[in-house]
Amino acid sequence: MATSGITRSATVSETAVFEFLLRQGDNALVLGHRLSEWCGVGPALEEDIALANTALDLIGQAKMWLESAVGEIDDSRSANDLAYLRDAWDFRNLLLVEVPNGDFGQTLLREFFFDAFQLPWLNALSQSSNQRIADIAAKAFKEASYHLERSAETVIALGDGTEQSHQRMSRALDYLWPYTGEMFVDDAIDTHIESVGIAPLPSSMRQAWNQTVDSVLSQAQLARPQSTFAHSGGRTGFRHTEHLGHLLAQMQVLQRSYPGATW
Amino acid sequence: MAEDTSSPAAGNEWPLWEIFIRGQHGMSHRHVGSLHATDAEHAIKNARDVYTRRNEGVSIWVVPASQVSASSPSDKGPMFDPARDKVYRHPTFYELPDEAGKM
Repeated sequence: MATSGITRSATVSETAVFEFLLRQGDNALVLGHRLSEWCGVGPALEEDIALANTALDLIGQAKMWLESAVGEIDDSRSANDLAYLRDAWDFRNLLLVEVPNGDFGQTLLREFFFDAFQLPWLNALSQSSNQRIADIAAKAFKEASYHLERSAETVIALGDGTEQSHQRMSRALDYLWPYTGEMFVDDAIDTHIESVGIAPLPSSMRQAWNQTVDSVLSQAQLARPQSTFAHSGGRTGFRHTEHLGHLLAQMQVLQRSYPGATW
Repeated sequence: MAEDTSSPAAGNEWPLWEIFIRGQHGMSHRHVGSLHATDAEHAIKNARDVYTRRNEGVSIWVVPASQVSASSPSDKGPMFDPARDKVYRHPTFYELPDEAGKM
């Protein structure tokens, strides 16, 4: 295991690193799948292709995270097995990325909330004491930069657009806001991961996220909700929403029906 | 969106943009097609997503389609026919040494 960097704790827990990598991979996989649901039904040809591109970026990231996850522990499963043969309770993604797409505006607002976290997060991970994690993060960072640019501009355009688009964005904001807090909740795994220099605490991303979100919401003429209530249970696997099972049924049907199918 | 709601003629379509991409090994931007976008910035992003997904480009130009002036198809005869029988304008009468490579 690569722990060449500054190791502040005597031993690195492989299970913790595995869980950490699942969290990264599952976020990318589930959000990538959600975005792929727009393929062919986007509001404009150009936006349709752009969303499919983002989906492919994320699925590519998921592949890298999950491959390194199985490399981390003594596990005979492949990255494909993790993606296509696990059940909902074994997924470690944020609830934010599994909730339904809603309309185009809601999808892009969710994307924006996620991107606004990913950018500083991946930037920090590119300094990880684990070289493999640092390499994946550095590659994903470039993709995330473009995703954020695009999602932020769309949120501004729709929020500060017509009366109808503004109303829809306000509704999307009210719906999604309670799902944003989960990104910043630290648990024992995060504390261990931080102590061995693999990643900072998720809570330390709050300030950067707030700055990006406040700036974009104000340009979009959208009022930041005051509530600090946060749904949680996704990244710990404690309790996912009812939506994840439906998503997995679609995403996994091929491998479940034809185990080991390749093309 | 900086939309033009005052003009019903514009409908719900975003304006059309002509897209020019400079490829990895090309020297000049080439017209690759057109797409719809709300403004120039948006057009560049859309062009990035529509036309450079397979690593085709290193630079993008976007031009409002409405700003392109074109020759008229009905002028085709006077415009282009006179060049047709002037074969001496094609440098096809020279023997190219192999060492010169592809011209």
